[in-house]
Amino acid sequence: MSAILNEANKKVLIEPLVNNNPITLQVLGICSALAVTSQMSTSLIMSLALTLVTACSSAAISAIRNHIPGSIRIIVQMTIIASLVIVVDQILKAFAYDISKQLSVFVGLIITNCIVMGRAEGYAMKTPPLASFMDGIGNGLGYSLILISVAFFRELLGSGKLLGIEILPLVKDGGWYQPNGLMLLPPSAFFIIGLIIWAVREWKPVQRETVEFKIMASAHGDGGHH
Amino acid sequence: MEAYISLFIKAVFIENLALSFFLGMCTFIAVSKKISTAMGLGIAVMMVQLITVPANNLIYHALLKEDALSWIGLTGVDLSFLALLSCIGVIAALVQILEMILDKFFPALYHALGIFLPLITVNCAILAGSLFMIERDYNFSESVTYGVGSGFGWALAITVMAGVREKLKYSDIPASLQGLGITFITAGLMSLGFMAFSGIQL
Repeated sequence: MSAILNEANKKVLIEPLVNNNPITLQVLGICSALAVTSQMSTSLIMSLALTLVTACSSAAISAIRNHIPGSIRIIVQMTIIASLVIVVDQILKAFAYDISKQLSVFVGLIITNCIVMGRAEGYAMKTPPLASFMDGIGNGLGYSLILISVAFFRELLGSGKLLGIEILPLVKDGGWYQPNGLMLLPPSAFFIIGLIIWAVREWKPVQRETVEFKIMASAHGDGGHH
Repeated sequence: MEAYISLFIKAVFIENLALSFFLGMCTFIAVSKKISTAMGLGIAVMMVQLITVPANNLIYHALLKEDALSWIGLTGVDLSFLALLSCIGVIAALVQILEMILDKFFPALYHALGIFLPLITVNCAILAGSLFMIERDYNFSESVTYGVGSGFGWALAITVMAGVREKLKYSDIPASLQGLGITFITAGLMSLGFMAFSGIQL
């Protein structure tokens, strides 16, 4: 543990960004994520909260990992995570009340966010605290990357703004941009994530899924359908 | 009575937990490959919602809410910040108890639902049901209705999704879009369909 950023820790930190992204590859933590992405500001806060909770809970669980009896480990992990989330929730209510109102129950839902539990169960129970902390930060950043890019498109195309600052002048204010209302509605988040996954897998073909059924090429050239 | 029916309809269609709040997405995507398993999970979610939402409602109103402890002489105590911890604890404990009861008295049902029950503890839809109940300040009978309705809505969404995915096998999808990518886009289209209910005022 000579330096905090030695090779191993750097790998743990960088790996989840694209190569092992929690959302696009491991399909974790989509639950509470998408509903907050219609604005950049809420998604930034949400990313920050999740990264902190993941990192701190991983470090805490890893520190006591040798003392947790196997049969009650889920409850112990839940309690640690829930306590950290309560702290985050109270801080938000105290210092950023408006945003905390907009996020409503979604801050609380960090408790059941699969990324936090997944890292605690899959990594922190086996590795020392510092590496677990780094792993938590890395996975939090991987989540933040997707969350913020989805929010970028949704807020820019949906209301012509970024972080509340006008980028594309709207028609109703005398500009030229007609906002795309669909982007503010829930379905658009699904489409954007689907397209992001498509793009990432086109870039990194290793991540493609094996096909269960393949459509047979037709011998007669009639389109190959059944 | 009418108020309860409209709350139920609202919880099932207009405020569908899966398709308009994106809750329980991880299991929604992971377990929607076959209709039969999807339906099993859906029923399990509905049962757990039916029990946990009212149970959390009782605990919140009797113990945690501001001034709720006045019945033992403590006034001015506000424990509502503990709601998160108590909700998740109640859910984890109730799921465990439900599992034991099913194992003892309804072995057939236990074998059908057994594998899904542990998954449900970390399903965001369950916790969200309780948190929405607190945020919207439902009373006990409203919370029963909301629990059943939201669970039913989630079950409906995952079953329909599984139906669509079973048919997707026959379609020719670009290699990189296979699996997760196309599932998201399908979910988006379904969510668009459910948006059609959004203008309804009940």
